[in-house]
Amino acid sequence: MKYTLIAWMRDKPGVLSRVAGMMRRRNFNIDSLQVGHSETPGISRMTFVVDGNERMVDQVIKQLRKLVDVTRVENISEQPIVAREMALIRVSTNAENRSEIVQMVNIYRGEIVDVALDSMIVQIVGSEDRVASLIDLLDNFGIIEMVRTGPVAMARGQMEHKYRRSTAVWRAQANGRDATAAERFRTGGV
Amino acid sequence: MVWEALLREGVRVIFGHPGGAILPTYDALAPYEAAGKIHHVLVRHEQCAAHMADGWARATGEVGVCIATSGPGATNLVTGLATAQMDSVPVVAITGQVPTNLLGTDAFQESDVVGVTAPVCKHNYLVTDVNELPLILKEAFYIAREGRPGVVLIDICKDVQNAEGWFRYDFEIDLPGFEPWPQVDMEAVRKAAELINKAERPLVLAGHGVQLAGVGRELLQMVEKAEIPVVTTLLGAGNIPESHPLSLGMGGMHGEAYANRAVQSCDVLIAMGMRFDDRITGRLDAFAKQAKIIHFEVDKAEVGKNVVPDVAVVGDLAETLPALLPLIEERRHQVWLQEIREWKKDTEQTDILNYEVDELIPPFVIRQLWHATHNAKNGPPIIVTDVGQHQMWECQYFTHDHPGQLITSGGLGTMGFALPAAIGAQMAHPDRLVWAVVGDGGFQMTMQELAVIKQEGNLPVKIAIINNGFLGMVRQWQQLFYEKRYVGTPVWSPDFVKLAEAYQIPALAVTKPEQVVPALEQALNTPGPFLIDFRVKEEVNVYPMVAPGAAVDQLIRRPKPAVMQGYSGVQPSW
Ligand SMILES: Cc1ncc(C[n+]2csc(CCOP(=O)(O)OP(=O)(O)O)c2C)c(N)n1
Ligand SMILES: [Mg+2]
Repeated sequence: MKYTLIAWMRDKPGVLSRVAGMMRRRNFNIDSLQVGHSETPGISRMTFVVDGNERMVDQVIKQLRKLVDVTRVENISEQPIVAREMALIRVSTNAENRSEIVQMVNIYRGEIVDVALDSMIVQIVGSEDRVASLIDLLDNFGIIEMVRTGPVAMARGQMEHKYRRSTAVWRAQANGRDATAAERFRTGGV
Repeated sequence: MVWEALLREGVRVIFGHPGGAILPTYDALAPYEAAGKIHHVLVRHEQCAAHMADGWARATGEVGVCIATSGPGATNLVTGLATAQMDSVPVVAITGQVPTNLLGTDAFQESDVVGVTAPVCKHNYLVTDVNELPLILKEAFYIAREGRPGVVLIDICKDVQNAEGWFRYDFEIDLPGFEPWPQVDMEAVRKAAELINKAERPLVLAGHGVQLAGVGRELLQMVEKAEIPVVTTLLGAGNIPESHPLSLGMGGMHGEAYANRAVQSCDVLIAMGMRFDDRITGRLDAFAKQAKIIHFEVDKAEVGKNVVPDVAVVGDLAETLPALLPLIEERRHQVWLQEIREWKKDTEQTDILNYEVDELIPPFVIRQLWHATHNAKNGPPIIVTDVGQHQMWECQYFTHDHPGQLITSGGLGTMGFALPAAIGAQMAHPDRLVWAVVGDGGFQMTMQELAVIKQEGNLPVKIAIINNGFLGMVRQWQQLFYEKRYVGTPVWSPDFVKLAEAYQIPALAVTKPEQVVPALEQALNTPGPFLIDFRVKEEVNVYPMVAPGAAVDQLIRRPKPAVMQGYSGVQPSW
C-alpha cells in the first residue's frame, strides 16, 4: 500500500541528503519525494509517498523523527487529503493532430504553455491519476520529453491552528531585518 | 574555542592524531596542555582514537572525545565511530577539513566527512562559520549525551579554525527535532505491571540500556520482589550480579541452553533497554512465541522495529523502572525456577570445565582469570574483550557481578577493539585493574597501540592473548557449516612475547594449564603493563551455539563427555 507522509525540517545544507541517506540505508522504498518551503521561514516541508506495509511506515516515521534536523512528521494517509502534482510534457505534433491534442488537454484542464512547429509543451496540475491518464493519452502522439514533480499533499478540512514556535529566521524578519548566519543556523520552529 | 568548549563540558583527555587540516586546533591546545587542563593522547591509528574515546566513555559514562585531521585521518576514524554508535556510546569526534574556499574541489586530503560518517553518527556538522562553532560544540555534546547516547562528529574547516570569533557558551539548546527523553506514559507502566503481576513464568531480558540508565539496583529490587529470572544481552552483562540465583547469564547465539529455553518458554518477557538484535533473538518468527512482550525503551524507533511488543513503555528507564517498582506485587515463582534449574543441571554436566584436559583450553584460562582478578582492590576489574571466540568464552566463563565490568564491541563486532578500548578505560580509571582479552587475529589489527601504553607513562593495562592460531570464530563456522574448509582463517603470529619486549612491556608465554595461575599472578604482581600469550589448543569450539537463522532454542550443544578429548573423569576443578 502507498502512504503519504509529510515531514518538516530545518532548512539547512545537507538535510535532504540526510533524509535520503537514511531512507536508503534502512531499505525503505520511496515512491516520490517533493521538497519546498513551508509557511514558516527556515523550515522546509517534504511530501513523501512510500510504498510498504504499516510496520514499515511506522519505522519510516520513527526513523525520520530521530533525525535531529527533522522537526515534525505526520502520516496523512488515513485522512482525507488534497494531493496534487504537476507535469510538463513535450509532445510531438503535426498539422493534423494539433487541434485534437489541444482538445484533450482542455478536457483534462491542462494548459499548452509552449508551441513549436513539430511539438508543444503541455502543463497539467492534478491528482496523480489524472496526470497519469493524460500522459497515457498523449503517449499515442509521441512524448519527446517529460517531467513529473510527484505529489505534494495537505489534509483537507478544518485544521486547528496549532501553536507554531517561530524560528529564529522568522523572528528576525518580524523585526524587520534579515536573519544572520547564526540565526539561520539556530532555526527552530514548527 | 574548541578547547574552551571542551573544558566546559568537563573533558580532560582527548585521543587523536594531528595533521595539516587540524593543526590550528592542535596549536591552540598548547596552553591547555601546559596548564594540565586537557591532555592529548597520541594514537598510532585514528581508528584507535575512536576506540579509546569509546573505552573511556563506557568506563565513565562521560562523553569520550577523539580528534583527527581531514581526509585519511577522518576516514580512519569511521570504524571506531560506527562501533561506538552501534553500542550507544557517547562520543564526540572533531575533524579538520580543508578551508571553505576549497570545499568540493577534491583539494589535498579532502573527503566528504559529513557524508561518509552520516550513517554511523547520531548527528554531524560541517562548520564553515566561526560564529556557529560554539553553539555547534554545545549541541554536539548535548546530542551525544542525551537520550540514547551516540556519536556526533564536527568537521571544522581550516579557515574557521584560524578565524577569530567571540566565544560564548551560555546558549540554550533549541532543537525542536531532537526528543531525547520521551514523555512517560503512566498508563503503559500500569499495563506492564498488570501483565507482570499475572505472569506465571516471567522473564527479564536486560540490555545495555539498564547500564546506561544506571538502574541495576532497581532492576535487582524488582526481580527479587517478584522472583523473576534475568537473562542479559552481551552488553547487558552484569546488569544484576551473575552470581545471583536469579541470573541466567547471557542469552542468544552463544547463550547457555537454559537461558535460551527460558526465553522461549516464558509467558511474559520483560525486555529492558535492548533492541532485539538478531544475535539475541535467533529466528524472529520463532522467538518467544508464547510470551506477551513488554518493551521498556528510550528510543521510540526501536519499539516495533524487530519485535512488536504487546506493551511498549517508552521513556528513560531511570524514570519508568522506579515507577514500575511499587506496582509490582511480591510473588514467588518456584515452579518456573525449578524448571529452569533442571535445564541448568543438564548444562552443568556437559560443561567443558568439568573435564580434566591436559591441554590448555580457553574456557579454563578465562575461569582462572576470574579467580585471580574478581577480588581486585580498587574495585571490580574491567575486562575489555575483542571479537571472536575468546569474547564468547569470556562471557560464559567470567562471572560479571558488576554493571559496566565488561566492555566489548557488541553491535558492530569490531576486531581490534580490545587493546585501544582497554587503554581508554585504563586512562579513565588509572587505579583500577583493566584486562584486555583478545584473540591472536584481532590483536594484530591494532597492536601498534602498545606504544601508547608506554608513551602514556606505562599504563598498567594487562593483556591476555588467546592465541589459537586461527581466526577462531570464523574457523568454527567453517568447521560447522562449510565442511572444514579453512580458507583464510589460519593466522600466523609473531612471537608476541618478543613483540611486547620490543615495546618494553614484560610478557610471558603460557602453553600448559599448570602455568596459567602463576602467570596470572606474575602479571598482577608486576607494576605497569603485562602481556600473556596463552598458546591455547587450536580447534576448540564455542558451545552452545544457535546456528544462524535457527530459533534460539535450536542449539548445537556441547559435546558429551565421550567425545571430549583427554577426558579423565576427574571432578570439576573450578
Ligand atoms: C574488523 C573485523 N573483520 C572481520 C571480522 C569477522 N570476524 C569475526 S570473529 C573473527 C575471528 C577473530 O579471530 P581472533 O581474533 O583470533 O579471535 P578468536 O575467534 O580466535 O578467539 C573474524 C575474522 C570482524 N568481526 N571484525
Ligand atoms: Mg584466534
